[in-house]
Amino acid sequence: MAIVRFGDQKFFRNPWADFERMRRELDALFQSGVQDFGGRMAPTVFPALNISEDAANIYVRAEIPGVPAERIEISMEGDTLAIGGERTTCAGGEKLSYHRRELECGRFNRAVSLPTRVQADKVTATAVDGILTITLPKAEEAKPRQIKVNAG
Amino acid sequence: MTEKEMQIQQKKELQQAGEPTKQEKFYVPAVDIFETAEAVHVLAEMPGVAKDGVQVQLEEGTLTIRGDIAQRPPEGETVLLREFEPGGYLRKFSVAETIDQERIEAKMADGVLTLVLPKVEPAKPRRIEVKGL
Repeated sequence: MAIVRFGDQKFFRNPWADFERMRRELDALFQSGVQDFGGRMAPTVFPALNISEDAANIYVRAEIPGVPAERIEISMEGDTLAIGGERTTCAGGEKLSYHRRELECGRFNRAVSLPTRVQADKVTATAVDGILTITLPKAEEAKPRQIKVNAG
Repeated sequence: MTEKEMQIQQKKELQQAGEPTKQEKFYVPAVDIFETAEAVHVLAEMPGVAKDGVQVQLEEGTLTIRGDIAQRPPEGETVLLREFEPGGYLRKFSVAETIDQERIEAKMADGVLTLVLPKVEPAKPRRIEVKGL
């Protein structure tokens, strides 16, 4: 389902144009912060993600320690990538006396919308040493293309 | 099965006493430590650390866990979102129990280190029967 933003409809004279512009500028400001200073965005939902791209692929990396590869569920729906699973490493026996309990256990679910269209059927994922790497090949129309300028 | 939702934990950066010579980040790994009658178990979360990158040392009652990452950051990619930074892990504990150094077992799976530190025999609890006259 395509959602058309109110302000995107051409026949309306958009009263929110200034707010839209402000939002876009703020977005750009945060974006540049990420790229220029190497700043870290505070993650809000487990797992923390690193997303990067090159010409051909988008890479999504996540730190998911203690969850074996076969227990990580990845699904694609349109432009949204969902990562879910459950961590059960906590022993949780009654007879144990805990000195420290810092590891989290339970279910997790995170969805991100991707910046470009990807070929959902060619997505691959590997989990090595608790780091999940998902490689999403960009759709043909989203790949950058060099256009040759012919001399007249 | 637990229905609890996992909460995000920010990785804690290690505050080192000396200034590091290498520009490398070190984090304090989150741990679970529990004790049974026979052993002390330590679970440490170290995503990105391979089996060969782990060093465990027990010296004069101080247990040192260190993990070095082998994966280098990929080249030629534009960062779109960065919520975590890879880095090594280092944490020290003082262990009160008398540990049998020879029988320490370490296992690394999916970025979680599992350590079993067996106690030496005399430290095991012994039930003393009280006899009636």
